[in-house]
Amino acid sequence: MDASETFGFHTDRLSVLLFIAVFFGLVAWFLWRTRRGAQFYIRRIPGIDAIEDALGRATEMGRPVLYVPGVEEMYDIQTIASVLILGPVAERIARYGADLIVSCMIPFVMTVSQEVVKQSYSNAGRPEAFKQDNIRYISYEQFAFAAGTNGIMMRERPATNFFFGRFYAESLMLAETGLQTGAVQIAATAEISQLPFFIVTCDFTLLGEELFAASAYLSKEPKLLSTLKAADWTKVAVIGLILIGVVTHTIWADADPFFNWFTVK
Amino acid sequence: MKKQVPLLITFLVGSFMVVEYFITAPGIGALREGLYNSAVAIMALTMFLGTLNLVEINIPIIVRRRADWPYKIVLLGSLFATIGAGAWGAIAAHTTGGNVIASEDTGPLKYSYDYFYLPLAGTMFALLAFYIASAAFRAFRARSTEAALLLIAGTLVMLGRVPIGAQISEKLPLVSDWVMQVPNLAGKRAVLIGAALGAISTGLRVILGLERSYLGGD
Repeated sequence: MDASETFGFHTDRLSVLLFIAVFFGLVAWFLWRTRRGAQFYIRRIPGIDAIEDALGRATEMGRPVLYVPGVEEMYDIQTIASVLILGPVAERIARYGADLIVSCMIPFVMTVSQEVVKQSYSNAGRPEAFKQDNIRYISYEQFAFAAGTNGIMMRERPATNFFFGRFYAESLMLAETGLQTGAVQIAATAEISQLPFFIVTCDFTLLGEELFAASAYLSKEPKLLSTLKAADWTKVAVIGLILIGVVTHTIWADADPFFNWFTVK
Repeated sequence: MKKQVPLLITFLVGSFMVVEYFITAPGIGALREGLYNSAVAIMALTMFLGTLNLVEINIPIIVRRRADWPYKIVLLGSLFATIGAGAWGAIAAHTTGGNVIASEDTGPLKYSYDYFYLPLAGTMFALLAFYIASAAFRAFRARSTEAALLLIAGTLVMLGRVPIGAQISEKLPLVSDWVMQVPNLAGKRAVLIGAALGAISTGLRVILGLERSYLGGD
């Protein structure tokens, strides 16, 4: 019988389990404190605060808002984070009475986006304002998608562009075209190689973890904010582990038991 | 009920994927493969929905002669021509008893890919050079201390990576490498650790049903 077909446990992954357990414990702790009425301080994220102003601008100008949920499949965590942000953003757009265009490279993401936007318009009490034709599938090919989305920017002149999710080489093409049309642009990605391009072309850029924090930050729901607090404290723990690792690795080098225990084989 | 069922499915599937990373058990591998294959099948089905979306949006524009309608004819014409080319190659291979998959390497689909799509994609990619030049011009304007630091670091890195840099000073390539491998890498890793924790946090919120904005909130 194959080893994977017997009951067992991957002991070499114990460090990952410990990490998840600690994180889970922190989430449970902060959730419990939230239920007891604790208020947490969450630092301001200017890029997310600017979403409201950017939507207001589009409404005043009578021009649409363009939302691009990245170029990856639905199972990608950045696409999931992007679709989670799309909900509250679409709800605000529906309340303001502006138009929302969602440009998708992946058909699955388009289908999910349609449902999310439709539900958001319904939540805002304006289901009749939802336009299914504005949630568009462009192309499965990267540069064809970039060309199609650039075409939307040039023809329909959105006043605000959101680039939230995972992007590759097309990031600069999209953001630079948006800059030329004079749109207010807010980008968010955890794709490190694309961050510099967004930083030089967008008005606001959410770096890495801020993409994942955005939906909780927008909702202002205490139970969601408590998970941000747990992530912050896990970061403190990671910094502590890095410092311990530096010391033990300096002393023991390759025979470092601390370092070896954290290495996932 | 409309929200409870999706939340339950998300919880069960999400928890299973976390648990199966740590344990081995009879049938667990087959179940994981089954879930992956289901996801692939659903994704393939949505390709049809994507095509339908293109047709639904563009046909009315052509019929009502709205702005840019001739381009929509080109778009839909290319779409159906590509589908036709793929189908033609497959049918031709099938009727001659050849390999349907191998026909993709020689048939009309391959021809349209090589002589239409690739040059067009190459043209788009080449445009990046101009976009980078324009973005670099804006980024390197030393209007603040941070921008001045960026300009200095960028100049050192660029000079250290071209032959003339080593001609100016032998230390320039070393400085360039140091900038990339010490301060740059430290910053990248900090963003990466934060993003990884954020990703875990988002995953946990969705699996536990704390995050419901995709279902329209509470």
